[in-house]
Amino acid sequence: MIDQPHLDEAALAELRDVMEGDFGMLVDTFLADSRARLRHLHQLLEQKDSDQLAKTAHSFKGSCINMGATHLSKLCAQLERAGKAADLSAAARLLDGVEAEFAEVASCFEQL
Amino acid sequence: MSGEFSPSQTLNSFSGSAEPSRLRILVAEDNKPDRMILCALLQKLGHEVFEVSDGTAAVDQFHEVDPDIVLLDAMMPELDGLSAARQIKSMAGERLVPVIFLTALTDPKELARCLEAGGDDFLIKPFNRVILDAKLNALDRMRRLHQALAEQVDQVRQKNEQMLAEQKTARRVFDNIAHTGSLDAPNIRYHASPMSVFNGDVLFAATRPGGGSLVFLGDFTGHGLPAAIGAMPVAEIFYGMVGQGFGAAAILREINAKLRRILPVGMFCCGAMLETDSRQGLVRAWNGGLPDAWLLRGSGERVAIPSRNLPLGVQSAENFSTSMVVFQVTPGDHVLLMTDGFPESANEQGELLGESGVRQVLAGLRSPADAFDALMLRVREFTGQPEAADDLTLCCVAIPELEQARPSTRKPSDAEPIGPADWQCVYEIRERTLSEFNPLPLLLHICMEVPGLRSRSGEVYTLLSELYNNALEHGVLALSSDWKNSPRGFALYYEERQRRLSDTDGHFIRFSLSHESRDPGGRLRVICEDSGAGFDFAEHSARASKTRSIPGSSYAGRGLELLRRMATHFHVHGEGNRVEIVYDWEPGREDDD
Repeated sequence: MIDQPHLDEAALAELRDVMEGDFGMLVDTFLADSRARLRHLHQLLEQKDSDQLAKTAHSFKGSCINMGATHLSKLCAQLERAGKAADLSAAARLLDGVEAEFAEVASCFEQL
Repeated sequence: MSGEFSPSQTLNSFSGSAEPSRLRILVAEDNKPDRMILCALLQKLGHEVFEVSDGTAAVDQFHEVDPDIVLLDAMMPELDGLSAARQIKSMAGERLVPVIFLTALTDPKELARCLEAGGDDFLIKPFNRVILDAKLNALDRMRRLHQALAEQVDQVRQKNEQMLAEQKTARRVFDNIAHTGSLDAPNIRYHASPMSVFNGDVLFAATRPGGGSLVFLGDFTGHGLPAAIGAMPVAEIFYGMVGQGFGAAAILREINAKLRRILPVGMFCCGAMLETDSRQGLVRAWNGGLPDAWLLRGSGERVAIPSRNLPLGVQSAENFSTSMVVFQVTPGDHVLLMTDGFPESANEQGELLGESGVRQVLAGLRSPADAFDALMLRVREFTGQPEAADDLTLCCVAIPELEQARPSTRKPSDAEPIGPADWQCVYEIRERTLSEFNPLPLLLHICMEVPGLRSRSGEVYTLLSELYNNALEHGVLALSSDWKNSPRGFALYYEERQRRLSDTDGHFIRFSLSHESRDPGGRLRVICEDSGAGFDFAEHSARASKTRSIPGSSYAGRGLELLRRMATHFHVHGEGNRVEIVYDWEPGREDDD
């Protein structure tokens, strides 16, 4: 896979401008929200609920796009497709990838 | 996830939007970071934002928030965006509340589904301030346009309802004056829209006190209220005068005079009058400006009755002609009257049916009795409309068997009202009044107060009018009726009459009327004097009887003959400017003139 930046700098600059003083709160919310989603995704995988898995991955994808986490959003999209295809083994593999990329994104945000 | 609702307003000075309009925006988005970003964007754009976290909450809050625009995440737990959009659209009713879907979807099919669910637009993540602003402005313009349009439609509807209500009220007033008369008689068939009076069409029919019937079809210029207003006096004159025993000519004259007085220039009434007299087997017809009327004989013969006169309300009383075409008819013959809505019916190509179209239908008839149905069918076929238009009136009168045509059992003087039977009066008109005022209706009215005499109104009117016309034209104006024996002289006569009427200084016409009751009936004595130089009745009578064999000629002579025939006694005094008649009458006898 081509090495991509974890966060889109232009998107971040736009977000800062829009959110002004609330930018920090937005980041905290995103991180907390995402951790909750990741836990939820693992549960769904155990429960083999591929349908809900696809939906949660879709929703996760949306906030990743808005937060400038472009590569993470692409991984979420792949996970969503695996869920839709009810391909649980692929989903398990992709979820690990999402988990790893999120850790990178989170550390980027924490360094800001 | 619970529904959050927090009206977060910012009145900041941000002015990135070209349109200053501050919108109330309801946002439903379950994804918290996305919701934060979106609300911050909207507030920056100067809008008032109300946020909830799922579709159910959006539906619940809809009425309270009363938003201008709704932003819905397409995929939400509880109620998904598509279902929420449907509910919100139905709650908004006739209002346009634009719905924008928020979505990370990129599949074109999924996006299309959003719009099919009633979404007006969609906003794809990541949210972009410029695009969001542009979409909001576009939808706001659409929303306001829709609102303005809805208000206009509403106004138009209200105006229309008001107009219809007013028309109904007016219609009731009109119906009180212009009841259907004898239009429901078995020998009359007609088509007239219930609201036709507002298209200027009127149709009246009445049975004459002495038997026979009168039918009047009129078509006023113009539409709506102006056309309807003219219909009122016409109805009143028609029914009033028929009831008093007047014939077609007198009624036409009166309608013409009235309309000429009250209608503005350029407004008039095309009309046709039909007088049937089944005792004598006669139909008299007058057509002023309507399409050809038709006499359809049982034998198959068809006779057109074209317009030979100007419409009513155009000509002065002096120039107005009430000469009627007379036909000998037998039971089974039919007469058709129609307004120009009939030949002017247009088909989808804009072609007119035309009078030739009418002729075609009539030529194809097997029996005149089929004429009415055939013509109505033709119009429906031609126009392709199941209902004929409002301005199309058709009336078909069948000449009835004698029995059917008997005067209604309503005795002319229903239950003999109490009234003056023994009286005398003198009525004199002088000077300019002679040229401006017709005393006949007033004199007739006085006579008609006599119990029982109303049944003879036709004869009394004839007596009075002959005396009056004689006194005015040959006495006061000293006109010679000889002139009227040629067409050129006829015109000259009326020109001269008009001229001399403008100078009536020192002249008078005096009526002395008296009535005494007898059993049965009574005796009416009328003395008519005028200020003229006199008139040689003896010579005139001689000449009149000489030319009597030529029907229609010698108009004045015919009048004198009438007087002689109807009156019990007829005396000419002095120089011929004092005429006395005695008229003995009995009630219940049939009036004939």
